[in-house]
Amino acid sequence: MRQVEPKFDPAPSRWSYRYQRLMLTPLFRKTLRIGLPFALALGAGIMFFTDPDRQEALIQKVADLREQIETRPEFMVQLLEVEGASAPVEEVIREVFPFKLPISSFDADLDAVRVMIEDLPAVADASVRIRKGGVLVAKVVERQPIALWRVQDGLNIVDVEGVVIGKVLEHPKLMEMPIIAGAGAEKAVPEALSLSRAAKSLDAEVRGLVRVGERRWDVVMESGQRIMLPVDNPQRALERVIVLDDIKDMLNRDLSVVDMRIVERPTIRMNENAADDWWQVSQTTAGAVE
Amino acid sequence: MIELYESQRAMRNMRKAALQRGVVAVLDVGTSKIACLVLRFDGTDRLKEAEGIGAMAGQAGFRVIGAATTRSRGVKFGEIDAMQETERAIRTALQAAQKMANIRVDHVIACFSGAQPRSYGLAGAVELEGQLVSEQDVSRVLSSCDVPDYGEGREVLHAQPVNFALDHRTGLNDPRGQLGQTLSTDMHMLTVDSFAIQNLAYCVKRCDLELAGLAFSAYASGLASLVEDEQELGAACIDLGGGSAGVSIFMKKHMIYADSVRIGGDHVTSDISMGLQVPTATAERIKTFYGGVMATGMDDREMIEIGGETGDWEHDRRTVSRTELIGIMRPRVEEILEEARSRLDAAGFEYLPSQQIVLTGGGSQIPGLDGLASKILGQQVRLGRPLRVHGLPQAATGAGFASAVGMCLFAANPQDEWWDFDLPVDRYPARSLKRAVKWFKDNW
Repeated sequence: MRQVEPKFDPAPSRWSYRYQRLMLTPLFRKTLRIGLPFALALGAGIMFFTDPDRQEALIQKVADLREQIETRPEFMVQLLEVEGASAPVEEVIREVFPFKLPISSFDADLDAVRVMIEDLPAVADASVRIRKGGVLVAKVVERQPIALWRVQDGLNIVDVEGVVIGKVLEHPKLMEMPIIAGAGAEKAVPEALSLSRAAKSLDAEVRGLVRVGERRWDVVMESGQRIMLPVDNPQRALERVIVLDDIKDMLNRDLSVVDMRIVERPTIRMNENAADDWWQVSQTTAGAVE
Repeated sequence: MIELYESQRAMRNMRKAALQRGVVAVLDVGTSKIACLVLRFDGTDRLKEAEGIGAMAGQAGFRVIGAATTRSRGVKFGEIDAMQETERAIRTALQAAQKMANIRVDHVIACFSGAQPRSYGLAGAVELEGQLVSEQDVSRVLSSCDVPDYGEGREVLHAQPVNFALDHRTGLNDPRGQLGQTLSTDMHMLTVDSFAIQNLAYCVKRCDLELAGLAFSAYASGLASLVEDEQELGAACIDLGGGSAGVSIFMKKHMIYADSVRIGGDHVTSDISMGLQVPTATAERIKTFYGGVMATGMDDREMIEIGGETGDWEHDRRTVSRTELIGIMRPRVEEILEEARSRLDAAGFEYLPSQQIVLTGGGSQIPGLDGLASKILGQQVRLGRPLRVHGLPQAATGAGFASAVGMCLFAANPQDEWWDFDLPVDRYPARSLKRAVKWFKDNW
């Protein structure tokens, strides 16, 4: 028969028992598993980054990396291309373009460029984008010069909206554009245009249109004659003058003003000499008869 | 009495807290082994209410998630003999059980088998204040029981109301809400040596645990190994332990008597050790392998090598026939059973309607015990094994774990004890003034 040795009774020591119980506590275990590594990592991170040199180095590194990416050739803008602008406008745009090429597309503020171009007087609308191949394309819609506006210090070119595009440098006759003048003339450019088109059928040459009292137009002929048009429906009044001129050859007579302000009652103002002549003629004629 | 009421109540509150937390340990401090089970309560109490599951005895609500046993040291006759050793043994068992459960346990319910239990039957009667029996009336009738003088240095371990009677109707389980005049009760009170309780509490406290309940191990074994109809009709459970044999009598699902015999399996072992002149460890081994109580002709021819290591060849080569071994064991087992019989007789067990006797505990595994027991205890003897509970490891399903399993049931659905009812109102000092005023009104 096998001998039975008196067995030594194993028992955990008080401290090992307590340690095991502690390790079996769910909250403690969770703290040990999650909280402790977290706290350690956090502490190490904080200790590492409290040094200002290290902070600076890190910031520098990030900035360098950013720089590296930004200056990659894929992101660089090499060229400025202006579409839909005349040569002088394009020149101006190139002049005002704020960046020095080549430039990274991260740094190019397209919105600012667009606003800057749109602020140019000759530009009505602009859109700016970066095309493949590093080309910055500015698509420009120019204002169309449509009339000349006489102001005190010369002639301005205006578009339909009355915005001044530029000054006239060459002789105005060559530009074949109607001339307008007077206060508030630039606000009624379309009306002036249609009147001027209608006035082309007059035999006499038109010098320009004058806005009076910011409400109605006077047509000034080359000879200095004036056709005063009403506020309402000036077109018809002008046509009427044209008809009168055709039939009666009115404008070739010695008169200074055709007053159409009241359409039902066209009035003419003769020159002083003409009035005297007419007076004499009518008197002599009357005397001869008597 | 009030003090005891308070301490037991505190323990009950602790047990409630433990159940709320869901984990509680059960500790069976025995003479030969210390067993520890860790229970998890997962709150499936609703199963109890479903019909037909009542027979599950409330064990649906918990699960055993850790179990460990260790050899007991420092415990004699079911009482703590050497504190340090016992504490170490408890620590060993608890640590292993905790490790298996993988959860920390803070509350423990313990049971022990010794400490000279004494049973008392108390009776009390009280006139109802109103027509209806209220909770107050129940606590009044419980506190009206005349408590015998159970002596110095003893403490009440169990005080369970066993029966309520309302006027002439008796056998009520729950008299609350019923109509009547006089409410009377029968209470079973079990007292034990207070030193045993204090020692155990101290050991448990030394292990950083809270003692959340105490029970007598014979009571726990009865809960585990008696089937429901036996508990209902009346039966005795004899828990043959290592150092003592616990006896408990159940009736109407209540324990009505408990006692313990201070002889157990260890005495059988020491008999063998002395008779065969072998060490105790060898004697224990011979007992468990070849032990028996009924000799047959076959046993004469079965020779057991005893062995030894004295160096004397003649001494170390001895053999003994199994009949001789049985001859050593049988008188001691007979003595244990006769002692138990005398305790049962003293309790008036023969007047019970059913006289089933269930043998359980580690000692009940001796082959042929049922034959011997029926000669001494009567015909209605069977060997009992504990109830199967959820998650109990196979190794812990034997008869030796009856009280540990019973403690699980005790933890899961404890029976009402006297301290579960509120103190009657007139015990409170606030009421005494009112009573004085009432007395004045009545008399002047």
